[in-house]
Amino acid sequence: MSDASPKNGFNVVGTSPIRPDGLDKVTGRAQFADDFHLPNMLHGKILRSPHAHARIVSIDTSAAEALPGVRAVVTGADFPAVRHELLNLGTAGVLNIREMSENCMAKDKVLYDGHAVAAVAADNPHDAELAMNLIKVEYELLPPVMNVRAAMADDAPVVHENFHPGGFIAPTEKYLPNASRVQLGNGDPEQGFAEADLVLEREYTAETIHQGYIESHVTTVTWDSNDYVTVWTATQGQFALRDHLADIIQVPISNINVVPLEIGGGFGGKERLYIDPVAAFLSKKSQCPVKIAMRRDEVFRATGPSSGTFIKLKFGVKRDGTLTAAHLHMAYEAGAYAGGPLFLGIMSATSRYNIPNIHIDGFDVIVNKPTMRPYRAPGAPQALFAVEQMIDELAHELGMDPIDFRMQNLMRTGDRLVPGFPLAPIDTEKMMETVKAHPHYQAPLEGANRGRGLAYSIWFNIGEISSARMQVNPDGSVTLATASPDLSGTRISLAMQAAEALGIDVEQVSPTVSDTQSIGFSLPSVGSRTTYSTGAIVCEVAQEILKQMCERAALLWETDAADVSVEHGVFSNKTEPGQSITFNELAARMFETGGPISHHRTGHTQSFIPGTAVHLVDVEVDPDTGKVDILRYTIFQDVGKAVHPDYVEGQMQGAAVQGIGMALNEEYFYDDEGRLKNASLLDYRLPTSLDVPMLETVVLETPNPAHPFGVRGCGEISIAPPPAAIANAIHDAVGVRLNSMPMAPHKVCAAVNAAKPAKAA
Amino acid sequence: MSNKSLVTATINGEDKEFLCEPRQSLLEVLRDVLYLTGTKEGCNDGNCGACSVIVDGVLLDSCCMLAVEAEGSSIETIEGLATGTELHPLQRAFLEETGLQCGICTPGFLMAAKALLDKTPKPDEQQVRHWLAGNLCRCTGYDKLVRSVLKAVEA
Ligand code: FES
Ligand code: FES
Repeated sequence: MSDASPKNGFNVVGTSPIRPDGLDKVTGRAQFADDFHLPNMLHGKILRSPHAHARIVSIDTSAAEALPGVRAVVTGADFPAVRHELLNLGTAGVLNIREMSENCMAKDKVLYDGHAVAAVAADNPHDAELAMNLIKVEYELLPPVMNVRAAMADDAPVVHENFHPGGFIAPTEKYLPNASRVQLGNGDPEQGFAEADLVLEREYTAETIHQGYIESHVTTVTWDSNDYVTVWTATQGQFALRDHLADIIQVPISNINVVPLEIGGGFGGKERLYIDPVAAFLSKKSQCPVKIAMRRDEVFRATGPSSGTFIKLKFGVKRDGTLTAAHLHMAYEAGAYAGGPLFLGIMSATSRYNIPNIHIDGFDVIVNKPTMRPYRAPGAPQALFAVEQMIDELAHELGMDPIDFRMQNLMRTGDRLVPGFPLAPIDTEKMMETVKAHPHYQAPLEGANRGRGLAYSIWFNIGEISSARMQVNPDGSVTLATASPDLSGTRISLAMQAAEALGIDVEQVSPTVSDTQSIGFSLPSVGSRTTYSTGAIVCEVAQEILKQMCERAALLWETDAADVSVEHGVFSNKTEPGQSITFNELAARMFETGGPISHHRTGHTQSFIPGTAVHLVDVEVDPDTGKVDILRYTIFQDVGKAVHPDYVEGQMQGAAVQGIGMALNEEYFYDDEGRLKNASLLDYRLPTSLDVPMLETVVLETPNPAHPFGVRGCGEISIAPPPAAIANAIHDAVGVRLNSMPMAPHKVCAAVNAAKPAKAA
Repeated sequence: MSNKSLVTATINGEDKEFLCEPRQSLLEVLRDVLYLTGTKEGCNDGNCGACSVIVDGVLLDSCCMLAVEAEGSSIETIEGLATGTELHPLQRAFLEETGLQCGICTPGFLMAAKALLDKTPKPDEQQVRHWLAGNLCRCTGYDKLVRSVLKAVEA
């Protein structure tokens, strides 16, 4: 496989060493956010609205304050009015600071079941909870809007008197009282549909889901009398947290230090702050450190989740299998505030096949649910659930093999993406050929009610800003610090890239994740960017370190740095054959040659690096109960270059099982009043080890020219194909199309029953 | 202070005494009183297994047991799984087979797997999956986690 790499003969990249943080994690010593304690630390609890939509008439905290052991109480009145409402993030869109603050603590209105209204800090969590329950809040109830279609209806209750539309790359415009809109397109869809021999129109829905990390949100904050604020928490982005916190609590950014502790899962849901400003104000009032640990039900009610959607598709195709036109109506829940994953959903829906005439009508829709946050390939599973089923149905109608049909319309390197820029280099054809030739695709599938399905995805890595610092120590060891929190083993994948670039053993490199006072700014660990983008910056820093070390060798040899070459950790004098010195020997002599050797860099990398994945699944459907069992599952993914192949496979498998959960059973249940009815891990059921088989992985390596080793980010994409692949397999098994996600047993059963009379006739 | 009880128990082979309130779960006491923070909380209502410990040979969710009920019992937690610096075969296998990603579920899975191997030294894949179904992992998709347990069985 390493033939496909830009540079053959890797020493470290492509091996699977044991991660340096692993020992602490298997012995219970690793310090996660809730394992952190300080002397005199208080415990905070947050009172949350039981109503989905209501005006706050009054809050009476007197009984809570009178309870022994209570040290501070805060409400929305303690949160200052923001100095500037909108923060322009360039292509990353606009950030509404006021809304972010009010999402942490409501001021006038509560916008979802679980919206914070007050908080208490007490000597222990039990007293804090008792006090919290003594707070009296009077509400004036307002009618809630609970899904995109209701929110876009003519007589829908209005959630915000005023709102700024969200935006990400393509700005959206305010369109309805609860919705903003983005329209994109190419060609002439009317003409395209006229040219088509077959036109299908279908509707698909998906329910709201949660990222489901096993570690709740936990933070500990101190606010000292000099207005210095320190935060110890689990976050995907310590710098985003710092900057947003500074805006909300209004202290200078430089006064805040955010210390990222071990993080027990994030999947996109831990890149935004919720409880940190609350703990900060409680700490300021009490002059003690304050820890807030969310209960599991708070996590479900007030964090995450990921959008429910309504997607309407119209696709036109010629008899020979050429797509001529498409119209996509895509409505994504934004939750309580504008700015959901709509644009990424659009990118995911449209970036695989060349459709000459296409129109997308996208809607970012405000509903009385928590503010939608990214969830691993945000918006993509919902988009693919629609489009990849449509593609399967078209292939079926035309009597074409589903891979041949995809091949015929396949987007290749350089083809135009919907926003107008070309697809960066990747081998999409090889992906299709690999799937087609694979034994799983070739194997006959026998037995009643069994079926096979597949789905194909392209997903993009974010690049942008990362930081790394490297320090060579006199014993030859190397300290590597980055600003990228490690969600899943990226310390080892970054250490491996450093070792590869320096030509030393990976055991010599000690990787850490730094706090915001100790390293330059970085974007969070999101968008499949850590191993790719931070990795590329690590390689640049390693090059600079080698350059400095060549200069040191030149000093020793009294020659020019240009005369020193380095390979595999050995420096040689090109003008004096035989004269060489190893990395370790040279490190030992650093103080004779000018002192410490170190380098820090904050750099940029390219965005919209594509990755591809196909998932192939065999299912068995029980027509009596509607239960869908997964018999065999193969994940094909192009990762550019697998730095640590075991963890790459782990990313593929973990993402796939999240997609499987989404496909078959995960969903938020709200009652008519907008109360979340399944805010527990019993009732919001994540897949268990019994629900899935072993998951076969096939790793393709088409080098990414934007990374020195060809690496592509691999963390997100494999969550996207499972719902569509399973839907297509269900159709193959029992002949019905499920257009509503999750494909829970009752829905499968109903679809099978509905199809029966027609079959009998 | 007045409503605290004195509880005597063996924790990881050592006799321990601790004070606790009747409302405190074993999980809370392990973490916040004894500072044995290796046992994790994922839900506090018996549905994730992150808090798994072994009490008198029985695997249980420590969030669902009151600490006062531990009087006289023998408790095994993740901190006692290794023998000194010698890792338990399960711990080694989890490291070698990359049976963890974020690691928050890992102590719970290790204790659950230990309880399984204590009773069933040679489980097959289905037995492992069945036994571990009381523990949730959101990162791994269970493939490498189950393989880790099976590898420890071989060891
Ligand atoms: S914390 Fe005890 S089972 Fe989840
Ligand atoms: S490794 Fe993260 S939950 Fe299991």
